[in-house]
Amino acid sequence: MIRDITLGQYYQADSVIHRLDPRVKLVATICFIISLFVVESWIGYVIAALFLAAVIKLSKVPFKFMVKGMKAIVFILLITVVFNMFLTPGEALVTVWKLTITKEGLRLAAMMAIRLSFLIIGSSVMTLTTTPNSLTDGMEKLMNPLKAVKVPVHEVAMMMSIALRFIPILLEETDKIMKAQIARGADFESGNLVKKAKAMVPLLVPLFISAFRRANDLAMAMEARCYRGGEHRTKMKPLQYKRRDGFAYLTLVCYLTVCVLSNYIL
Amino acid sequence: MSLILDHVNYIYGGDTALAVHALKDINLVIPDGQFIGLIGHTGSGKSTLVQHLNGLIKPTSGGVYFNGEDIHAEDYDKKKLRSKVGLVFQYPEHQLFEIDVFTDVCFGPKNLGLSRKETELRAYAALKQVGLEDEYFYQSPFDLSGGQKRRVAIAGVLAMKPEILVLDEPTAGLDPKGRDEILDQVAKLKEETGITVILVSHSMEDVAKYVERIIVMNKGSVLYDDAPKEVFRHYRELEQVGLAAPQVTYIMEALRAKGLPVAADATTIEEAKQEILRALGKERR
Repeated sequence: MIRDITLGQYYQADSVIHRLDPRVKLVATICFIISLFVVESWIGYVIAALFLAAVIKLSKVPFKFMVKGMKAIVFILLITVVFNMFLTPGEALVTVWKLTITKEGLRLAAMMAIRLSFLIIGSSVMTLTTTPNSLTDGMEKLMNPLKAVKVPVHEVAMMMSIALRFIPILLEETDKIMKAQIARGADFESGNLVKKAKAMVPLLVPLFISAFRRANDLAMAMEARCYRGGEHRTKMKPLQYKRRDGFAYLTLVCYLTVCVLSNYIL
Repeated sequence: MSLILDHVNYIYGGDTALAVHALKDINLVIPDGQFIGLIGHTGSGKSTLVQHLNGLIKPTSGGVYFNGEDIHAEDYDKKKLRSKVGLVFQYPEHQLFEIDVFTDVCFGPKNLGLSRKETELRAYAALKQVGLEDEYFYQSPFDLSGGQKRRVAIAGVLAMKPEILVLDEPTAGLDPKGRDEILDQVAKLKEETGITVILVSHSMEDVAKYVERIIVMNKGSVLYDDAPKEVFRHYRELEQVGLAAPQVTYIMEALRAKGLPVAADATTIEEAKQEILRALGKERR
């Protein structure tokens, strides 16, 4: 039931995209998102779609996993589309009661829908092909220059990797506690909103307790191994750029150029 | 009154690269009033199997029938099933959440829609059945010791008056004393109420003393399903799947190898003693 969440879940496969340096994937994802907001023509979206499709194809992750992540934002997507459709001023197409669908609104709604879904799919590609650990490693390395202005980069990265690491553990725990309470006749599905919220208590109390317990144990285990932050800490697998990463950057630059150009040419 | 598993298969993560065939063609009949031990190495599919018994997991293929009815039929009342087949999970103390012990035990019967009086009567009876003293009833469950917490959690399931009680590793993480206490309590409960009990464990030693039938799981399949004596006769095969027969079995085998005419099928220390005395007596004569 709760295993449907794919955002932030790694899909194991052996592909070029999986092997890329996490820094490349991070930068590429950010660039891709920016490109979605830079392009303003339909041809630009076609280019973005082609780029995304090529990456997905290379990643060997089945497409349905990306779509699963979409489920979570269907609601947001719907609201955005509806609001844009009705509230954009312009040439009226259809008028229902006081609401008017405008031509500009329709165009904007479609663009927003495409942007949002590409955004989600694009970031899903990153999280599906990168283990949480290497992702935070990449982030730490990318943010390294910020150390000069006293940003606790290592600590932030460590917090993130712990948080990410705990997601599947807590999901599993939730599943287990849920089952245990269902076995005691608990009902999480029926009833109105208030009843449903109340039904969460037998789930949330044990979950919080176990989260605290786990946090405590982890802190103890880290201290027992003399962990004391980022100072002088070395890596077992230091990140190093390979040839394919260079190619990836090159492709990315090409893609961005084409995207920007598409705005002027057409 | 029986539970039947008919060609049950279960696959975890069916559509990913990490699909695991957790249960392979399981066929079991669990009649009324049996005391059954379900044994298997870690990852052998025991926990997956027991979750099928009360419909928490739907088999990928095959069927589960309780009293002749398919529990996954559209109109089947699963809530009722779950009160009839009480499942106590591993580390059940992790599911406690109420402000005091008594209220927590009331959770199950309350969910069944029973009256307040009936709920409290059942909760009281259940707490007595697991041998918890009255003085703890209104304490926070989080203030109790590990063994006590576990008993409260078991009482939480007992209060639903199940006909089949499934305990998934009820002794995991307890000290020897706590372990014996829990198992003795379960055995007593079984004797007094005559319900079916399925004890899941990876320790033969725990189980041999109490049960009348042992189901051995290995890699998702049923390896043996027989009386303890018969199962332990295969102790060499059991070792190969990461299990072991009770220690007395080994002693008896060793004695036999040395030439003492004992029957090697003793499973408890008491039986072994009788058997050795008998054999020695025979020799003297």
